[in-house]
Amino acid sequence: MKNSGYYSQFGGAFIPEILVPTFDELESAYLAAREDESFWREYLDLMSTYSCRATPITRLDNLSSQLGGANIFVKREDLNHTGAHKANNVMGQGLLTRRMGKKRVIAETGAGQHGVATATMAAKFGFDCTIYMGAHDVARQRPNVFWMEQMGATVVAVTEGSQTLKDAINEAFRDWVSNMDDTHYVLGTACGPHPFPEMVSWFQSIIGTESRAQMLERNDRLPARVYACVGGGSNAMGIFSGFIDDNDVELVGVEAGGRGRGAGQHAARLAYDDATIGVAQGYKTYFLQDRDGQMQDTHSVSAGLDYVGVSPILSSMHESGRVRFEAASDDDVVNAMQRTVRHEGLIPALESSHAFAQAYREAPGMSAEEDILINMSGRADKDIFTVADAVDDPKWREFIIDKADAYKQEMGDA
Amino acid sequence: MREQTTLEQSIRQARDKKDILLMTHIVLGYPSFDDSLRMVEDMVNAGVDLMELQIPFSEPMADGPVILRANAEALKAGATVEQSFKMAERMTKEFDIPFLFMTYYNILFCHGVSRFVDDCSRIGIQGCIVPDLPPAEGQEYLDAMHAAKLSPIHIFTPNTPADRMRHLSDNSSGFIYTVARKGVTGKDTAFSDELSDYLALCNSNTDLPLAVGFGVKSREDIDFLRGKVDIAVVGSESIRVMEQDGVGAVKGFIETLVA
Repeated sequence: MKNSGYYSQFGGAFIPEILVPTFDELESAYLAAREDESFWREYLDLMSTYSCRATPITRLDNLSSQLGGANIFVKREDLNHTGAHKANNVMGQGLLTRRMGKKRVIAETGAGQHGVATATMAAKFGFDCTIYMGAHDVARQRPNVFWMEQMGATVVAVTEGSQTLKDAINEAFRDWVSNMDDTHYVLGTACGPHPFPEMVSWFQSIIGTESRAQMLERNDRLPARVYACVGGGSNAMGIFSGFIDDNDVELVGVEAGGRGRGAGQHAARLAYDDATIGVAQGYKTYFLQDRDGQMQDTHSVSAGLDYVGVSPILSSMHESGRVRFEAASDDDVVNAMQRTVRHEGLIPALESSHAFAQAYREAPGMSAEEDILINMSGRADKDIFTVADAVDDPKWREFIIDKADAYKQEMGDA
Repeated sequence: MREQTTLEQSIRQARDKKDILLMTHIVLGYPSFDDSLRMVEDMVNAGVDLMELQIPFSEPMADGPVILRANAEALKAGATVEQSFKMAERMTKEFDIPFLFMTYYNILFCHGVSRFVDDCSRIGIQGCIVPDLPPAEGQEYLDAMHAAKLSPIHIFTPNTPADRMRHLSDNSSGFIYTVARKGVTGKDTAFSDELSDYLALCNSNTDLPLAVGFGVKSREDIDFLRGKVDIAVVGSESIRVMEQDGVGAVKGFIETLVA
């Protein structure tokens, strides 16, 4: 194993010995794919015929004039097949899995978007598929669990620990240490041991490459600021990568501010100062942990941002100052989402709505000569239960009660 | 010529008297620190030769369901690293067998690696097993352990190629821990010819004593390992016995292994 995959002091590969040959094999396959131009061509062809690439950029006409200030543009990753940027990474790893000759894929999922994307890829490529999902997330993301199972995946509800994303990752690793010979672990974000942060960022860089060209073509100038929500950090790495060398473009990562500062209330690793540097889940980064290094509970209205760690590449960009990190509270996020739905007819996922919330806060203070770009990493269909509760919609409640009554009646009759 | 650590010397001396040694594993603070002490006392009295004390961690990636839950329960009951050190210090003073720490790297990292090693040295811990710290990531740890004449113990697996085994052995002292199969702790292992061949391969790639763990849980398993390795490691099974039949049952269980 090579001692590589560091971004300043962050990253690395802190893996159990049993997985060392598997990571060596993965790194070789990944590097070979990067060298091979036909791989990326095959990837682009797949994404343009199976997903909706290139995804468009939409100008928010109504909100740009309502808020005043900067012109607001949105990169429409919600238009990917399966409704989120997760497809970019998953289809790329699917091609790589086929190259490595493996027949089974496993994945962790938080919100369920990565699980659905992986189950979709497995159905298309003919792989067996097991998805690990925290029991807490299974309970709040039933629609995604439904689709994963329809696609033939086995969904395992993880009852260990806090029953969220980090626990699903641990369980996926436990599966992998038994089944590495025929199984590839499709890690869903730009975290984990090397080469995952770099490899996932590479597949997601398709967002940034397209965005930069589209903004230039449309406005003849680059955006002043680019906003992305940050859970593990893959959609942010994706869009930021297109602008990383444009020093005039400010990059803004928006984390889950939850209910505000303080342990257990949020999942903001970089925007707040509650996180410290540690090593867990195979890599070194900022974690929300106590003095002993035990991971703490996190909270967010969005399952996809509810995570203790963050991409080591983003930690290094935080340290260098290249990316500014902010946090948006649960309440601001739900408001931003409702506003976007009501005035633009777009339905951003609760995760993506963090980026919208921060952009709406900053746009009025900017000039009409400036453009900003928000990465709409996914759509909110999956969040319908959470959002209906958050906006306290009485008709939805009535619908669910009626539906439940009808099921009970059916079961009683049977 | 490689210098033998105290741990390796005591293993070799004990092996002069016995054809296989027994190492057991407990999670400190599970179900309580008092129970941990009681279990160690019973295990030592029943004839255990070495003990592995796990400092609980919230993300024990390489552990299976039994030890995973023991980690979580210990933390839920409020176990801290400081309490683990205090309890380990008491154990090393009271019982005359070598004690090791097993834990994950974040515990060392957050404590400060060199401070962790100094503290081990001060309280009489003789070696450490850190399953998520390959030598390539652990230079600071290895340097500190070697300087303190403590034993950093690495793991051989059925997936480890011979050249990697030699690399791991070069970075280890005390003994080598081989896992009998793929997977996590606490699941069944087939004790077969294939395992014998693998253990022979392990032995040919290190001149350190060899311990084998993962799925060792009965007298028959230990008889199988006799003559093939120096140390049999019983981990999850003694925790399982304690959970099923209470702390008091552990002594009887260990006695069936060493009788």
